[in-house]
Amino acid sequence: MSQVDTVLLPELDGPVPATLPSALGLLSLALGVGALVAPGPVARLTGVDDSPAARSVLPAIGLRELGSAAGLLSGRRPAGWAWSRVAGDAMDLTLLGRALAERSGERRRRVALTTLAVAGITAVDVLAAVRVGRARRARARVIRMQIAVTVNRSPAEAYRFWRDMENLPRFMAHLESVRADDLRRSHWIARGPAGHRVEWDAEIIDDQPNKSITWRSLPGTRVPNAGRVRFVPAPGDRGTEVRVELRYAPPAGALGRAVAKLFGEEPEQQVRDDLRRFKQVLETGEVVRSEGSPNGISVRQQAMQRPAQPLPASRR
Amino acid sequence: MKATAWMGTDSVKVIDVPDPKIMNARDAIVRISTTAICGSDLHLYHGYIPAMRKGDILGHEFMGEVVEVGPQVRNLAPGDRVVVPFPIACGHCSSCQRGLYSVCENSNPNAGIAEKIMGHSPAGIFGYSHLLGGYAGGQAEYARVPFADVGPVKVPDEISDDQAVMLADVFPTGYMGAEMCDIKPGQVIAVWGAGPVGLLAAASARLLGAERVIVIDRFPYRLRLAEEHIDAETINYEEADVLDTLNEMTAGRGPDACIDAVGLEGHHGNTAMYAYDRAKQAARVETERPFALRQAILACRSGGVVSVVGAYGGFVDKFPMGAFMNRSLIMRTGQCHVQRYTRPLLERIQRGEIDPSFIVSHRMPLCDAPKGYKIFQKKQDDCTKVLLKV
Repeated sequence: MSQVDTVLLPELDGPVPATLPSALGLLSLALGVGALVAPGPVARLTGVDDSPAARSVLPAIGLRELGSAAGLLSGRRPAGWAWSRVAGDAMDLTLLGRALAERSGERRRRVALTTLAVAGITAVDVLAAVRVGRARRARARVIRMQIAVTVNRSPAEAYRFWRDMENLPRFMAHLESVRADDLRRSHWIARGPAGHRVEWDAEIIDDQPNKSITWRSLPGTRVPNAGRVRFVPAPGDRGTEVRVELRYAPPAGALGRAVAKLFGEEPEQQVRDDLRRFKQVLETGEVVRSEGSPNGISVRQQAMQRPAQPLPASRR
Repeated sequence: MKATAWMGTDSVKVIDVPDPKIMNARDAIVRISTTAICGSDLHLYHGYIPAMRKGDILGHEFMGEVVEVGPQVRNLAPGDRVVVPFPIACGHCSSCQRGLYSVCENSNPNAGIAEKIMGHSPAGIFGYSHLLGGYAGGQAEYARVPFADVGPVKVPDEISDDQAVMLADVFPTGYMGAEMCDIKPGQVIAVWGAGPVGLLAAASARLLGAERVIVIDRFPYRLRLAEEHIDAETINYEEADVLDTLNEMTAGRGPDACIDAVGLEGHHGNTAMYAYDRAKQAARVETERPFALRQAILACRSGGVVSVVGAYGGFVDKFPMGAFMNRSLIMRTGQCHVQRYTRPLLERIQRGEIDPSFIVSHRMPLCDAPKGYKIFQKKQDDCTKVLLKV
């Protein structure tokens, strides 16, 4: 069995990128340690050394920063911790606003500079929180599938058919066409609801003859997607276990909803149907049709089958 | 063309529909000469098989003349007289290659629904609900036959239509029912149901060397057929206790193998027992009335075979698992893998070893199909098997 957590779309499949949150975590750590260990110099530097309250508030702020640092550096819930930093920033700016109003001269200048610096950090914090949140939601939208079928053909035959990407629309119902541009790259057109089409370019990123094929959409695709198919000899000389893993990352918004509709409520069922058709094409030569299911297997259409009688001439 | 269509529970009509056309390269179109109403069509007629739609063309027992073949069909040509097996089978999946044609892995385009009910999907069947493929059936003037390079068998001139059409379903099904009993010399075989399949299972048990064959039913005219054509002993379960009688006939051993040729719409001599399952079935709490199966299990000698060829569709209650397990019984079952039997059984007919058409009671034109269903359903006019002539 393959691992469900295989990374096929690194920018969407892997962990949420943590560089910025980690950097902010380090900043929190430095500020926190500073405020705890040397509240006096920090108070002087920021121009609030004249306030007895500052001496008790600064270590508390330091503790808060250490909390944020621990959270951000742990790597868990980075969006939440980034927003905790934004909340801290808001509190700091409020305190600094009040401090600014009460001071003049050199101290006022230092408080103003501190305010400016904190405002800058706030902007970075907001940016980080928004980006991390967006990345997390994009990952949550990724549709992951892992489905297998046994085909009474050798791994070499099954591989050969799949490796010619132009064959894919013969069994993948949502595809209108695939054009091979060269041995690695191909252009895909999927049929969407209400005549919408989704197009993208894909490339084969790993090709193990008679064993596996891995492909993914090129960067910049509106609907990033990737797949891997493995051809494993079935035990007992029963042909080939064709094991497919797929990733689709529908964007947010209208296009995302359209893509979701494309795959219906049970995306796995549709891919299962695709693999059934793959088996039919390989074993019998084509997709098997009945009068009730003239387009072949389709779970969606099973709910609204036409009667089992010959099609009228207009539908042939 | 004219075709017999399911219009709802207890309703069929002969309607006009478009002529069939080739849809797959391995299809053939057959102009039907003789087609039959099967006992299992009555399950559809009564609404016990799910996923029927108004307008579905019925019929899975038919034969006729090839009028058109798809580009991949090389074994048949227009003009060939053929009989068509009821399961649709691709011939290339591993089930087909092991001879298990009725569980072909490719022929049910609606496998997804079948899997939800049965775990895995069986083969598609002509005119037998959308659960089993949504294929138009053969009680019509023409039929499209998928995988025509695998299923249809050419019929020599000396074999009549009435004989040949038995090869579509009932004779192979009965034969497989007997074959699954693994009959050895001296054995006693009991058959529940003296319909076409039960009678042909009993006749096949004779062909396969059974010492004694006992047929159980409630219609004297059908039991008479078993006595006259198969030289079988009979039990009318409305007149005698089946288990007592079988024990007495076999000196307490029980039959060596029991064939259930009844299926999901059984009847029971005890009115209360019948009412219990009939009510549950009507409320769809239970989909079957498995009287014959329960009785076959209780009757069978310890270590014997219970062979089930009667059709079931869903779930049974009060399955006597204790008897089944504690007495080392063996159950063998399946929709018939007809493609495995057509040629050998055709040869048996040619050699004169059996004439399966002894079960035919009625012949009528296709346009009388609704009448045929009615008299078959009501067992009127000593009806055993209705053939429709086109």
